[in-house]
Amino acid sequence: MSQRSGLPFWPRHAFWQGVALTIVAYVLFDWGIPALRFVGIPSAPVPNSVVVEFMFIALIGIFMYVSENEARWAEFKQPIQSALVNRDKKWLRSSLLVVLPLFVGFMTFESTRPRVTADIQPRSIHPAPPTSITFRNKTIQLAGLENPLRKQGNLEDHMKEGRRVYYQNCLPCHGDLLDGKGHFGLGFSPTPLAFDGGNLPLLTESFVFWRVAKGGPGLPKEGTPWNSAMPVWEDFLTEDEIWSVIIFLYDQAGFKPRAWEAEGKEAAHE
Amino acid sequence: MTDPLYLLQAAADTAGAYGRFPGIGARNAVWIAAQVHLMFAAFVLGVPMFAVVTELIGIVTKDYKYDKMSKEFTRLLVFAYSATALWGGVLLFFLTTLYPKFWGYMARLFGPSMWVYIGIFFFESFTLYLYYYGWDRWNHGRAKWGHWGLGVLLNVWGTTVMFIANGWLTFMMSPPAGVTAETLPEQIGLANALMNMTWMPINIHRLIGNAVFGGAVVAAYAGYRFLAAKTDEERAHYDWMGYVGNFIAISTFIVLPFAGYYLGREIYEYNQTMGITMMGGFMSWLWIVQAVLIGMLFLAANYYLWLGMGRIPGAERFVPYTKWMLLLLLLCWLVWATPHTMLASREEMAAMGGSSHPFLNVLGLMSAKNTAVNIMILTTFLSFLMYRRANVRPTVSWAKNGTLVQGAMFGLAAAVVLFYGVYGYFVESIVRIGFSVYQVAAVILCIVGVTVIDVLLGRGAQSRGEIRWGQMPDRSQYALFVLAITFTWLMGLMGFARSGIRQHWHVYEVMRDTSTYASTPGLGYAANMITACVVIFLSLVSVIFWLGGLAESAAHKPKPASGD
Repeated sequence: MSQRSGLPFWPRHAFWQGVALTIVAYVLFDWGIPALRFVGIPSAPVPNSVVVEFMFIALIGIFMYVSENEARWAEFKQPIQSALVNRDKKWLRSSLLVVLPLFVGFMTFESTRPRVTADIQPRSIHPAPPTSITFRNKTIQLAGLENPLRKQGNLEDHMKEGRRVYYQNCLPCHGDLLDGKGHFGLGFSPTPLAFDGGNLPLLTESFVFWRVAKGGPGLPKEGTPWNSAMPVWEDFLTEDEIWSVIIFLYDQAGFKPRAWEAEGKEAAHE
Repeated sequence: MTDPLYLLQAAADTAGAYGRFPGIGARNAVWIAAQVHLMFAAFVLGVPMFAVVTELIGIVTKDYKYDKMSKEFTRLLVFAYSATALWGGVLLFFLTTLYPKFWGYMARLFGPSMWVYIGIFFFESFTLYLYYYGWDRWNHGRAKWGHWGLGVLLNVWGTTVMFIANGWLTFMMSPPAGVTAETLPEQIGLANALMNMTWMPINIHRLIGNAVFGGAVVAAYAGYRFLAAKTDEERAHYDWMGYVGNFIAISTFIVLPFAGYYLGREIYEYNQTMGITMMGGFMSWLWIVQAVLIGMLFLAANYYLWLGMGRIPGAERFVPYTKWMLLLLLLCWLVWATPHTMLASREEMAAMGGSSHPFLNVLGLMSAKNTAVNIMILTTFLSFLMYRRANVRPTVSWAKNGTLVQGAMFGLAAAVVLFYGVYGYFVESIVRIGFSVYQVAAVILCIVGVTVIDVLLGRGAQSRGEIRWGQMPDRSQYALFVLAITFTWLMGLMGFARSGIRQHWHVYEVMRDTSTYASTPGLGYAANMITACVVIFLSLVSVIFWLGGLAESAAHKPKPASGD
């Protein structure tokens, strides 16, 4: 322990620096990031799985910091050795013998106690689209496919048609603001996709066409359970109605659809 | 309801197509045999690359210790070759007995290349024995160059063997356009099948990967021998060897992501479904696992270098900067490992308004990740540079300006990386993808430019003192173990991603897997299998290391005095 101040929590001591940094990292990840909301930055509580991952990284960094040279490493180990060996630290050993099992027991209880909520079901968000689909007995090649309505007729008309389709069919789940918070939206898990986030510009229009046309039942077998409540819209909408609602979505969300790479398009058509 | 005709067809296809394996099942048996064989193959391809480079350095610099190190590794190769061939035999027998129909198809298509493969393997083995047993005999003058030529030849044979085998496995994932289930193997054409779309990307990726792996294994061996050393001389030798292994592993590792990117791009080009399955679909979580593991690699490599600076006179002047570099590496690692779609409970998802976090979501995108990786590469390169410059006092007149130019190059490269990282959020995906090329180019130009200046700066430089080889803390050697274990693990995990995207196909969209093991295993299951393979491989490598030490101690045993 450093003697300069005479205080036991002298901040230059490697061990206490390690402890302090661990606490700071946890506070930052678990409370700091959600608190960004209060300074006008959109944020929310960080899921436990991510906090654990971040803490793993932070602990490795802290270990490296406190062991950067022999002197600091010895300093870091000294209180641990002292607690385990020194005669005058018997009270500490006895306390740890009680506190540590209790802590482990509490953590075990917390992670295994029955809850009313469903377990976490990891699932992939971007299902891989097939190369081609059958839409009402017509085979459509998805690879390299562009929205045909963008080169046909009047875009304004397609937009109006898309708006009609959206408000008649999609609104109850995807919401008036396209934020996935329609009247029925929160009743589903996973919740309906929000179009105002960053997902749409990552997707080609053919991908969105496939998702709308084939819905939850048309999702690929890998990565199940999808648990998607999205209906199979090819049973209710025509091909043009789906393409027009896609135009409407991109327009309203203010994004351009993802373009195909020229080279990839040629290769895909081979 | 399933079509009865389809079931009948599937039953007809499956009859006699698959064998049974007790306990773990046919797929796991083949999985373990293939994975461990591949790891040994990487060992016996990577270590000769290392040996031939260090032998050349020994010849040119006339520094005997390089030659000694090369020979030490070639001795390990003799054992490792047997293990590679043995596991290759196990794999072949498993494939012929457990997947006879699939293997029959592959044999009909690739038969002649299999004969060439085994022929070259024979030459390779013979060249290895000549290389090792002729070491002391051809150790001087022109004969030494001839001996080095044998080392080069050994690498040529090894690389050719790997290229042939790569043709087989890449055909399984990217058969040439026009090949269907009805196409007879004879109609495809051997060259057409071998040189398929992902063949060359895999060749390049594996070639660099093997060099990385070779360096990491050498470093781990050195770490093992360092910890077991009994004299200061031994400790100094293995400390130095660990440094050289780590240097080769990390310097070649820095270019590996670019080769991986090329492979990924080619997979996308070949088949979009496959590409999305790999990067955005059910394999996408492997990339987060990869980010965690590669982040650990970067940190372990830097930690080793920073600890190593403790034995270099003059390095003290750089020590105050390392904690800031550590902080930068950690921040980049956090960004790289931030998932776009998070594992969250229902309450957590409700609080976030979906499965993406409103703030961290920004860090989950490729722009942020590419930026983080490139900054990590620059930081690691800076650590190497500091290590290299630690005990050097340049004497050239332009030394100060040269260092300033180096600093400016780092600053400029970092600025380019950051600029395109941020700008990427304001453009379309198709434009953003192209930005990674500028970021990579800036980093590579910086590395090349700074290295050239550094070499010129070092001409006629004075030494601030000799490196105190052997005076390394033990924990630095564990960092070398972390490197080797993590590389091995990564090979298995990312190999699963590459292979698993075929899903229920032996040959993608040509030959369907109709066995009971057709479904692609979940990531948890796969991770356990790969971990088992890593444990098997590393246990066997430990035996090889031990045998290496045994052979050396026998060779150096003092002869009994006459009359005893």
